[in-house]
Amino acid sequence: MSMLCRFMSVVLGLGVAVGAAHAQAPKAGGTLNFSVVAEPPNYDCHASTTFALVHPVAPHYSTLLKFDTAQYPKVIGDLAKSWDVSADGLTYTFRLHEGVKFHDGSALTSADVKASYDRIINPPAGVVSARQAYYADVAAVETPDPTTVRFKLKAAVAGMFESLASPYNCIYSAAKLKENPRFPEANIMGSGAFRFVEHVKGSTWEGKKFDGYFRKGLPYLDGFKAFFVKSNGVVPGMLGGQFETEFRGRNPAELAQLKQGMADRLVVNEGPWVGSLIVIFNTKRKPFDDVRVRQALSLAIDRWGGSPALSKISILRHVGGIMRPGFEMALPPAELEKLPGYGRDIEASRAQARKLLAEAGVTNLSFKLLNRNVAEPYTPAGIYSIDQWKRVGVTATHEQLETKLYVDNVTSGNFDVAIEFVNDYVDDPTAQFAKFLTKAASPVGYSGHEDKSLDKMYEAQRRLVDPVKRKAFVQDMERYAITQAYNVPLLWFHRIIASNAKVKGWNFTPSHYVGQDLVEVWLDQK
Amino acid sequence: MILFLVRRILLLIPTLIGVAVVTFFLIRVIPGDPVVVKLRADGAAVTEETIQAERKRLGLDKPLYAQFGDFVVGLAHGDLGNSLWTGQPVLKEIAIRFPVSLQVAIMATIIAILISVPLGILSAVYRDTWIDYVVRIIAVSGLAIPSFWLGMLMILALLSWKNWLPPIGYVSIFQDPVANLQATIMPAISVGYRYAAIATRMMRSALLEVLREDYIRTAKAKGLFQKLVVRRHALRNALLPVVTVIGLEFAFLIGGLVVTEQVFNLNGIGKLFVDATTRGDFNLIQGLVLMIAVIFILVNLVVDLLYGLLDPRIRVS
Repeated sequence: MSMLCRFMSVVLGLGVAVGAAHAQAPKAGGTLNFSVVAEPPNYDCHASTTFALVHPVAPHYSTLLKFDTAQYPKVIGDLAKSWDVSADGLTYTFRLHEGVKFHDGSALTSADVKASYDRIINPPAGVVSARQAYYADVAAVETPDPTTVRFKLKAAVAGMFESLASPYNCIYSAAKLKENPRFPEANIMGSGAFRFVEHVKGSTWEGKKFDGYFRKGLPYLDGFKAFFVKSNGVVPGMLGGQFETEFRGRNPAELAQLKQGMADRLVVNEGPWVGSLIVIFNTKRKPFDDVRVRQALSLAIDRWGGSPALSKISILRHVGGIMRPGFEMALPPAELEKLPGYGRDIEASRAQARKLLAEAGVTNLSFKLLNRNVAEPYTPAGIYSIDQWKRVGVTATHEQLETKLYVDNVTSGNFDVAIEFVNDYVDDPTAQFAKFLTKAASPVGYSGHEDKSLDKMYEAQRRLVDPVKRKAFVQDMERYAITQAYNVPLLWFHRIIASNAKVKGWNFTPSHYVGQDLVEVWLDQK
Repeated sequence: MILFLVRRILLLIPTLIGVAVVTFFLIRVIPGDPVVVKLRADGAAVTEETIQAERKRLGLDKPLYAQFGDFVVGLAHGDLGNSLWTGQPVLKEIAIRFPVSLQVAIMATIIAILISVPLGILSAVYRDTWIDYVVRIIAVSGLAIPSFWLGMLMILALLSWKNWLPPIGYVSIFQDPVANLQATIMPAISVGYRYAAIATRMMRSALLEVLREDYIRTAKAKGLFQKLVVRRHALRNALLPVVTVIGLEFAFLIGGLVVTEQVFNLNGIGKLFVDATTRGDFNLIQGLVLMIAVIFILVNLVVDLLYGLLDPRIRVS
């Protein structure tokens, strides 16, 4: 991709890439050191829900498909070299690369893909499959020959390729799974570009180049080393040269420190992030069962005005609806501005909010705002929301709890209003709407509402395989959800990845889960 | 002496049982489900069936008395169970972190003793002179400056002047002594300074008290040199409270370096304790509390034995 194309794509969808890589020939060798600000509980991709697993573990495994990080959200093959879909959309057939080996030297065949997906779709006793529900439409995984895998669906479903490109869907050895279905919990044995060397708990994770990797000439790196550090250790670590980057994201204050300390040794990639904060209203409690009250509270928040200020002190920046701003299915700003809480004239919005509260018979409303006691971005989001509500005569008390207690209160419905986040590996509406549904339709439908129409729309959009029709339908669904305001988006995150300038071949995407296999990353070392 | 030792070691058993019972029930009173935290805190739409299945696998679906029974049986066999978060044995999780905390605690103790004993003596002997004032300023500063803040200053200073930071990751001193000391010396100094300040104050006040005793006056009246009076007659008695303070601080440091470990990215017991508490990892919390209880008991035992060495009257009684 030329510099111009790269620049355009970044500006259009992914943000501004400062100091993008020049078209240099990749150099082989070197060890990439990066930090990870959390540590995975175990090594099982299928059970995991955290980037803390993806960043150190993804380089060890192959997946059937993956995202093309240069053209996100385009999906390309990883183990699959080609595929076709039947006319009725019920059969997906993938042909695998030949000669793929696991790190123990055994051959990877379609049987391994089947065993891995069977484990995700129908986990054996004692195995956790965190995304089992995503594959509820898969009737069977078949293996007509060693290099062909066929997914038979019960009904056609949109976003199937994105589901199969999940970075969590590591392909495990069928033989190892047969011996012990929980083998991946404590062992790393994949077919990725790097073989596992060592995990020093609480400290480091190391991988070395796998010479038998099926893509010839790759990877470029001799190895990688991940350092598990607390978030406040990233900037000193980069300044001190202990690691070259951190792939989740830094905030503006940290970026300023890095720019000051590293100057031209630093490359910054930034843009909208597939992650946002939302305000959840507990509709089981009065007066939040009244749509006028929920709309009023959303109307009171000046998203357009708050964005410039909050973006200076936190990762909160982009004004958007339920779909990420800039994503092809997102409502355009002009459409968004017509919805409650998104008007540019905040005084008119607040007048409308006061009117709605009066119509609902609510005076001197006061409630507790439940939030995590995590400084970034939760605390500024909570303080800002409380301030905004105060301007329409509503008093909220900030109740910040440690994550364990927060999760306990939100899941048990013990809250008035809460600040929660939405974050998944992909922009697909099936993932992004999960927290907006009823509890019956989604385990994370925390607002307690009983509106089945949103659930029906959600199910219907999953069945729309025509992208144009699906986009229009999803936008209607977004309008409906924001108007009903069971949950309302606050602001979207801004992802900032600061790296040492010698790190090349890594592409910025809006998702911190994808593109971490490090296959094409290289170090421009003198 | 042997009878004393045996009695004290036997006393460990009821103490540990008491600690275990109290810890087991107290941590389960606090709300929060470790399985929900593990599977849903990162925002994933994990189904209730999956949550229940994981709860069952970890034995958290059993009634509390049954869980307690399992815990007691395991404890009797020296098995503290597995971490609810990682699935690894609790003893293994602790064993990985223990050497780091132990080494920093030992190094900080050595630093504290090397600083506090001479400074405390000087301060007491030269009471109300400029030497005393300087020592008191150093000691009060040590008490006032939080260890983690001093650690952050040291890191910033190293970054600004040398563009260097100690390596992340603990390497055993037997494997690579240089890398080991690079990683541990700064946290040991930052903690050791505060530790030394406490011990210096204690040394000074204890020695001042002893120097007012009649037997000291008698020794001086006999015409003995000041140095000899202090070294042979006063110091041993004055050291008793200092030894107590050093012992207690040492035990505290094993599990109490929470913020300092974070500042220096040290993979120690304090960090593990915080992580276990945040995640509601009951088994690991129980294991850590028991470990710290054992350390406190053993350190107190060593302190008692040192009393005997320092003061023959205690040995005889």
